[in-house]
Amino acid sequence: MKKTNIVLTGVGGQGVITAASILGKAAVNAGFNVFVSEVHGMAQRGGSVNCTVRIGDVSGPLVPNGSADIILSTEPIEALRYIHYSNKRTKIITDISPVIPFTVATGEEKYPDIKIVFKELKKYGTLFKIDAVNHAKDAGALITKNIVMLGALAGSGALPFKSDILLKTILENVPTKFKNVNKKAFELGLKSIKK
Amino acid sequence: MEDKPGKKILLLGNEAITRGAIEAGIDVATAYPGTPSSEIADTFSHIAKYFTKQKKEPPFYFEYSTNEKVALEIAGAASISGLRSLTCMKHVGLNVASDTLMTYLYIGTKGGHIIVSADDPSCHSSQNEQDNRYYALFSGAPMLEPSTPWEAKEMTKTGFDISEELKSPILLRTTTRLNHTRGTIELKKIQKPKKKGYFEKNPFWITTPEIAKVRHPELLKMLKNAEIISEKSPFNKIIKIGKTSDWGIVTSGVAFNYIKEAAEDLNLNVKILKLGMTHPLPNKMCSEFIKSCKNIIVVEELEPILENQFKTIAYDIGLTIKIYGKGTEHFSRLYEYNLDIVTEAFSKIFKVKNPIIKPNISNVKLPRRSPALCPGCPHRATYYAAKKAQPKGVIYPTDIGCYTLGREKPLEMADLLLCMGSNAGTAGGLAIATDDKVISFMGDSTFFHSGISPIINAVHHNHDIVVTILDNRTTAMTGHQPHPGTDFDGMGRPAKKILVEDVIKGCGVENIEIVDPNDIKTTTKAYKNALAFKGTSAVISKSPCILLENRNKRKRGEKIKIYQIDQEKCQQCKTCIGRFGCPAIYYEEDGSINIDAQQCNGCGNCATVCPFEAIYIKEEV
Repeated sequence: MKKTNIVLTGVGGQGVITAASILGKAAVNAGFNVFVSEVHGMAQRGGSVNCTVRIGDVSGPLVPNGSADIILSTEPIEALRYIHYSNKRTKIITDISPVIPFTVATGEEKYPDIKIVFKELKKYGTLFKIDAVNHAKDAGALITKNIVMLGALAGSGALPFKSDILLKTILENVPTKFKNVNKKAFELGLKSIKK
Repeated sequence: MEDKPGKKILLLGNEAITRGAIEAGIDVATAYPGTPSSEIADTFSHIAKYFTKQKKEPPFYFEYSTNEKVALEIAGAASISGLRSLTCMKHVGLNVASDTLMTYLYIGTKGGHIIVSADDPSCHSSQNEQDNRYYALFSGAPMLEPSTPWEAKEMTKTGFDISEELKSPILLRTTTRLNHTRGTIELKKIQKPKKKGYFEKNPFWITTPEIAKVRHPELLKMLKNAEIISEKSPFNKIIKIGKTSDWGIVTSGVAFNYIKEAAEDLNLNVKILKLGMTHPLPNKMCSEFIKSCKNIIVVEELEPILENQFKTIAYDIGLTIKIYGKGTEHFSRLYEYNLDIVTEAFSKIFKVKNPIIKPNISNVKLPRRSPALCPGCPHRATYYAAKKAQPKGVIYPTDIGCYTLGREKPLEMADLLLCMGSNAGTAGGLAIATDDKVISFMGDSTFFHSGISPIINAVHHNHDIVVTILDNRTTAMTGHQPHPGTDFDGMGRPAKKILVEDVIKGCGVENIEIVDPNDIKTTTKAYKNALAFKGTSAVISKSPCILLENRNKRKRGEKIKIYQIDQEKCQQCKTCIGRFGCPAIYYEEDGSINIDAQQCNGCGNCATVCPFEAIYIKEEV
């Protein structure tokens, strides 16, 4: 059976771990074997976050270097930070809004030119830029940014199961009053990558 | 708590352990939180709270004990009384509980007792990467090592039976990659807990020297019986990959997953001896395995524990077989393994091409995104005030918790760190050894864990130090667990709140400063007083964790004030960004300084420290 390797990255607090967990549950609902790993350390305090989701005939919980089918990032430089997972066929889907690290805020380090970041990402795979912040705002809540990204992931066609299963799993895992917002966020994400 | 046998769900390794204990009819669970073990205890806590909320009695007793040693003693005594119990902790927690563990193994138990040690290869969130499999060899505790969340649940469940059969507590050793991996597990029937135990009085429970002498041979006898169980255990098995071969691989824990996938990817013909019960080893099974091989590779993260034992077994059966592993430098004693590492080592040993491509490396320099104290964290205000009281000539011993993050620029308020509760002890040593002033820091949970006795020592010996207790009324770093300073417990019941200042007074500290760190001026003065006092002073800095505080405010429908900088008034003196160092404050591209409204938690301390009154409330959200 085929292996699907997905690397999710971003900044602590952006819902990366939640997104990875929902993706894993969706894979179980679709009848697949799955491993979801949180490689997060002390991410809650604004650190860099990295989760991996492996679906199919896999035993190891971590995605090996150069083996990601997808890098899904909620922040541009965080996609680049984990570029070692990529190969020529990797689809890199990233939100376009930078989150400025503390070391940059204090003037200690520099945030690279965003155009260079995107140019660099294009070198290593097929790049899809998503304006997830605005899509999430359109959906009705900035906090659904991670769900926009899951929509984009479903729209990329890289998942071994239908996008309906992912949407259904998302809705099972959010409070009733936020179901509509999340559904809208997912659909906006789905459309954004199909354009 | 779903009792739906056969249902398959996705669970975190830690949640799977809790589920296993519940299926086995757990009566008592105890813990001190610590990454990567925390979610085991948190899952017990969530379930217990769920029952408490509905005014029903939870099916088990659960507590976040003051420290790991106490946790082990509570659950140990419950098991001695015939109940099934579980104690979980991070690897270094077992150091704290080790005094209890070593003698507990001499007397054994009645009800099943699983002690979970969550090891952390690669030090993802720990001060070391010690291999706690040594504790099994050291104490004589039988040990189980799961490879997947599914196995973690099954081993926890079976572990209770093994523990009761051997009348001995069992160590369940996990690693971060297991604790924090979600995998599919199948739910099984939930067994009913016993609820009440019975303590049978017996002189053998009292480990005086003469009893200890009698009990030690009993421990060795138990290990003989454990070996019989190990020989028959379904957790110890041989898995064939490819065709029949005389190449054998020996492994345990998470490393097994990498071996299986690497062997399949490389089309190797090997047999894997997967050991799930790693102490005591099934000597016969291992001997037979060695005899059936011409070459053996031992793949285990961290220390060469299996490798050395296999070398011993090979020697005992008179074989000089080639054993690859750490001795041959194909594998490292450092850090956690992954598929890349195992594939690379195998391709060298089997002389085949490594199919994993070289990782892409970008030349674009990326800024670090290391964790920092949250915007609005009261610890930042305490640090700022302490530094202001005496900017130079002070050493800052620190402790385990969020406040360790104070080491980062611009605060740099952490100079020495060993382990939980070490701050006041090292402070005393520094005061004796140097001419510098010493201000130490610890959180309230750390204070109750192991921070009190060093303060008593400091007072008794008149060490000239200032001990700070950062009293934010929670165990913040590990996910906001309660502790003896909170007015509720881990089961969501009201609890007697113990005040830090009452304990400090009881320790004999004469100069005690109690401050709200958000009043930076008064806090600075308090530090000046404390530094001027000859002898042991305490500064108790009381302010709740901003994350909890804001969560509670939102629940109550209260608004949070968001601050902003008046660009007309701002003189770019950089006090807010370069000295106070709140991560919500940043430089705009034009060099002006601004506050990120998304990140601001509304503490308002930047407005206090600003010498030009340029920071004001923008809005309430």
